[in-house]
Amino acid sequence: MAERERYLTPPLGGVFVPRAQVMTADDCRRAITRIAHEIVERNHGSANTVLIGLQTGGVPLAHELAETLQRIEGATDEDQIPVGSLDVAFYRDDIGLRPVLPEAVTDISFDLTGKTVVLVDDVLFTGRTIRAALNALNDYGRAKAVQLAVMVDRGHRELPIRPDYVGKNLPTRRDEMVDVSDEGVILGDMVAVK
Amino acid sequence: MTGHLLSIADLGADGIEEVMRITDSFVEVSSRDIPKVPALRGKTVVSLFYEDSTRTRLSFETAAKRLSADTMTFSVSTSSVKKGESLKDTVETIEAMGIDAVVVRHKSAGVPQQVAQWVADDVSVINAGDGWHEHPTQALLDCYTIRERLDTLEHKHIAIVGDIKHSRVARSDVLAFTALGARVTLVAPPTLLPPSLEGWPVDVSHDLDEVVPKVDVVYLLRMQQERMTEALLPSLREYTAHYGLTTRRAAQLQDGALVLHPGPMNRGVEIAAEVTSMPNTLITRQVANGVAVRMAVLFLLLGSGASLA
Repeated sequence: MAERERYLTPPLGGVFVPRAQVMTADDCRRAITRIAHEIVERNHGSANTVLIGLQTGGVPLAHELAETLQRIEGATDEDQIPVGSLDVAFYRDDIGLRPVLPEAVTDISFDLTGKTVVLVDDVLFTGRTIRAALNALNDYGRAKAVQLAVMVDRGHRELPIRPDYVGKNLPTRRDEMVDVSDEGVILGDMVAVK
Repeated sequence: MTGHLLSIADLGADGIEEVMRITDSFVEVSSRDIPKVPALRGKTVVSLFYEDSTRTRLSFETAAKRLSADTMTFSVSTSSVKKGESLKDTVETIEAMGIDAVVVRHKSAGVPQQVAQWVADDVSVINAGDGWHEHPTQALLDCYTIRERLDTLEHKHIAIVGDIKHSRVARSDVLAFTALGARVTLVAPPTLLPPSLEGWPVDVSHDLDEVVPKVDVVYLLRMQQERMTEALLPSLREYTAHYGLTTRRAAQLQDGALVLHPGPMNRGVEIAAEVTSMPNTLITRQVANGVAVRMAVLFLLLGSGASLA
C-alpha cells in the first residue's frame, strides 16, 4: 500500500485514472488458489504457517489466502491458520522525508518464534515496505522463515528483495499506478488535481 | 516540517482526534514484548524541567526511548542555572548541541511560547506544563483514557473538581473535553475558581453532592499547596468535607462512571484512599496511556512529516 500512500498524500496528491483492467476479480481468486497450493507444496503443509497482511492492501488478501489454505488442507476449526496484520509506518526509511502515518493498528496476537511467516501484500514495487516489515517482524519473535506473497510484482526494486509467490508479474513504468481491490487489478495513472 | 505543541487550542478537535488515532498504534507498540520502534532513530529530545516532576518527565523520556530517540535531561538543581545562567542562554546552549525537540516545564506561564521563538525552525517545543496556563499532553492522555472506556467524549458530562484556579491541567482539560463535545462542570469553592470564567464553555457548581450522581466522569485535581500563597481555604479537612471524593460520595456515582486524577494524589484530601482502588478509578491507566500519547505527539512532531497544528 506504500505506493498508494505515496501518490495520494501531498505534495503528490492526485486522482487515480484507470487505463486497463489487468486482472479481473476471478483472475485474482484463481491466483490466490494457486498461491495457496504453492505455499502448501513449498512448506509441506500449512501446520506451522502464519499469514501476516501488510496494512492496508495486504490484509484482505491475507484473510482470503487463509480461507483458501484451510479449504485445500481440510483444516478444522482447531487448526485455523493464524492471520495477523502489520503496519510498518514506524519502521519506514523515509520517515521525515514525507508524511508517514500509520493507517491502522498492528494486530499480531501470536508469537512468531519458530513459525513460517508468509507476508502478504497487494503490490510489490521498490521493496522498501517489505524491508520495513522484516524489521518489524523481529520485534514479534524469531520466525523460522519469512516468505513473501504478492498479488502483483510491478518491478523497479531498490533493494535485494524478491517475492516467493506472485499473482502476476506486471511490467510497469515508474510513474504508473497499480490498484488492487476486490474488483481486480487495474493499471492507471495518477493525475494531479489542479 | 516541524511544529510545536504549546496549547490544546493549537490542535482543535481534528488535531486531538489525530493524536488519539496515532496513540492507538503506540498503545499496541507498548503492549509488545519489545516495546520499541526505530521511528525516531537519530533524533534527540531534551527535557528542560524548571519545576519538579516525576511522571511527566519520566513519561516523556520513556516515550522518546521507545521511539529510539536519544534523550537528554536537564534538571535545574544540578545545572549552571545555579550559577545564574539565564533561560535564554540555557536554551541556546542546549540547542547548539544539536537537538530536535525540547520538552519544557516552567513555573511561569508562557515560557514554552518564549522558548519556541528562540529556537531554530527545525526544533519542536513541547509544553509539559507552564505555571497556571496549560499542560496539553496531560489533557490528551485524559481524553484518550476516557475515550478508551466510554468510546467517545461527545455528550458526556465531566465534572472537574478542586483547585481550578491554580491548575494548568484544568485549563487544558476544559479546552480538550469541550472541543470533543463533552459538557464540563467545574466544582470548586469560589476562592479556588479563576477570577473570571468569561469565555469558558462550562457550568459552575459549588455542591459536589449534587453533581456526583449526574456525571459520567469525575476529574479530581490535586490541592496544590505549593502554589497557595494566600489563605484560600479554612482548612484541608473542611475542603475534604465539601469537595473530596469520599467513599460516601463515590457510592453515589452512576454505574460505570469514571474517576480520574492527574497525580500526584493527596490521599485523604481530594480523594479517599479506598476510592483510588475502585475498578473505575483509572489513575494508573492514565499514566500508562501517557507514554503512548507522548509517543504519538513526538512522532507527529518529529517523524511523520505532518504538521500538528
